[in-house]
Amino acid sequence: MKGNMWKVLAAGTMALTMLAGCSSSSTGKEETGKKLNEGDTVKIGLNFELSGDVSSYGQAERNAAQLAIEQYNERSDTKFKAEGVEVDDKGDAAESTTQAIKLIEEDGVAAIVGPATSGASIATYEVATQNNTPVISPSATQVNAMMNGETPYEYAWRVCFEDSYQGAAMAIYSADTLKCKKAAIINETSDYGQGLANQFETTFKEHGGEVVAHEQYNAGDTDFASMLTKIKDSGFDVLYIAGYYSEAGLIIKQAREDGIDCPIVGADGFESEKLVQLAGKENLNEVWYTTAYTTVNASDELNAFIDAYTKKYDQAPNMFSALAYDATNLVLDQLEATGATGEELNEAIKKANFEGITGSFTFDEKTHTPVKSVMVVNQVDGVQTEATEVKVD
Amino acid sequence: MTKGILNKINLMWVAIIVVLYLLLSYMMAAGIINSYYKITLFNMCINIMLAVSLNLVIGICGQFSLGHAGFMCIGAYSAGIITKMMPNYAGLILGILVGFVISTIAALIVSIPTLRLKGDYLAIATLGFSEIIRILVQNMKITNGAAGLSGIPALTTWPLLMLGVVLTIVICSNFTRSAPGRACIAVREDEIAAEAMGINTTKYKVIAFVIGALLASAAGALFACNFYVIKPTQFTFNKSIDILVMVVFGGMGSMTSSVLAAIAIGLLNMVLQNFTDARMIIYGAILVIMMIFKPQGLFGDREISLSKIVDKAKAKKEAN
Repeated sequence: MKGNMWKVLAAGTMALTMLAGCSSSSTGKEETGKKLNEGDTVKIGLNFELSGDVSSYGQAERNAAQLAIEQYNERSDTKFKAEGVEVDDKGDAAESTTQAIKLIEEDGVAAIVGPATSGASIATYEVATQNNTPVISPSATQVNAMMNGETPYEYAWRVCFEDSYQGAAMAIYSADTLKCKKAAIINETSDYGQGLANQFETTFKEHGGEVVAHEQYNAGDTDFASMLTKIKDSGFDVLYIAGYYSEAGLIIKQAREDGIDCPIVGADGFESEKLVQLAGKENLNEVWYTTAYTTVNASDELNAFIDAYTKKYDQAPNMFSALAYDATNLVLDQLEATGATGEELNEAIKKANFEGITGSFTFDEKTHTPVKSVMVVNQVDGVQTEATEVKVD
Repeated sequence: MTKGILNKINLMWVAIIVVLYLLLSYMMAAGIINSYYKITLFNMCINIMLAVSLNLVIGICGQFSLGHAGFMCIGAYSAGIITKMMPNYAGLILGILVGFVISTIAALIVSIPTLRLKGDYLAIATLGFSEIIRILVQNMKITNGAAGLSGIPALTTWPLLMLGVVLTIVICSNFTRSAPGRACIAVREDEIAAEAMGINTTKYKVIAFVIGALLASAAGALFACNFYVIKPTQFTFNKSIDILVMVVFGGMGSMTSSVLAAIAIGLLNMVLQNFTDARMIIYGAILVIMMIFKPQGLFGDREISLSKIVDKAKAKKEAN
């Protein structure tokens, strides 16, 4: 019996390897896009995390993208009709690749908006580029997410800034506007936390500051007393927290109760109403963070978006919905302008000078990431009162 | 009838496999199966490998393991890292072999102490093991941490996958019918009785567990080279549960069931994709209803056996 097994295996292997030669080469898609006729319905793929751990981001972005498509169809001066085709990638990279292929092959979409997270987004770039279909990720902020080695994926774009960009913006703001000289950094041991912290440190040093203490924590930690005691005597005059609101809120609370009253700065991970609940109103003074979205000094377009979104979905939009709204409008604008899909549409996106609700931008052709200014917002008793634009050079 | 390797039954199986392979290859070449169906088919094949190998551990040997995602993770990362350095088939083969070595060592470390015990210890130990692997991968430099690996060359091809599936099924079903396999079944049915008959229960449990781990690691390697990106979050406890669902959904102890269940769940997922918001609810409801009305799984422990079909046909002929 044992001998038999190997013989069966050998026979099977031989049979298959012989046949492997017979299979013809795969059918590569040759067409590089087509011209649209006026009145055509253009399909736009909406590939989002509708279920799974990060479904709150995915759903917010899906809602905003659908809103943008609805508004486009309501306008009377448009040449085409748009239709959003939704798929759920479950927050899983493999499912995201599968669904991107489905959108391109089955539905024949002109472009894909989404997914929300970096991992799921990166998983679609290869197939999108192979099939000449642009993908716009609203919030894939991971450092080098668009890069395939040295060059970016030709058909992959994002409308948010990179994690490191925010770190640089906050370093400039701390050094130049807040006039701080010595920084302490606390970061989460994640890609997000480390990306922010490294860039903050580099830029802060370039702007004449020094970093006197550097600590790390894990997501889910709740007690930061020993960490704060350790850094307290290092003489820092600004504390940079690179992490999400769930831990940052507790760090702020414990730091303030510990008598650390210097400015505390952070990134868009602070962006949540939960920050106030965790840190306490009285502790949220002299706190600044970077973000892509603020309702302080909102433009008319942003206010119109907030009203329309709130009316349609009965809840206020957040940063994710705003970015997805911009991403969808970017695609719709370029479709309208070129009346073509594929290569021509992608070229138009590359050259786009887009004015959106999260700011106006053009793309950096080397990284496929927008060049746009970062907003720094402050906190007065837990409420945003001011927003300042910071440009990173 | 069953003597010799080139008997009728084996030849019939080879013929069926070849016809199936040629048919699907033709359909892919002719564009009847487009890229979307193709990637779904590829995913199904990987799931078949995972479900059949887990079935060997759970269904045949009766040991409840929740660590399959961990072994898959080892295979995926070994292949991912190596093929990124050597983007050719030599790299993939080397990656699979490295995955084999690491998962054998890991499987032995987990199984030798825990498989001496009875009950749920293995489930908890393998669950812990799989989380350790994931956390390690998440914190190592070579695996690129939480961001995961991207830009893995797409080396998984249809002949390679078909070969993987066929080998997995042949290895598992032949093992089941071998002496160690029968020992495993004895352990599953009654461990004390098996021990009383002189079977070294720990040894056979470890053998089955290691084979299962190796096949899962190979499936992981093919997975990594099929989807350009792998991330630690893909190999959580949930992935182990997904594979377990396939095994239980089909019916424990039957290889046929695991294959059919992996295909059925793949199709179900594809159909349910059209109901984005309600999808998980429908999926959950189907599983619950299924378990209430057919607790033994879709096909129970029945197998498709060509020799039985042939025998029946013969008997019918003679009766006429």
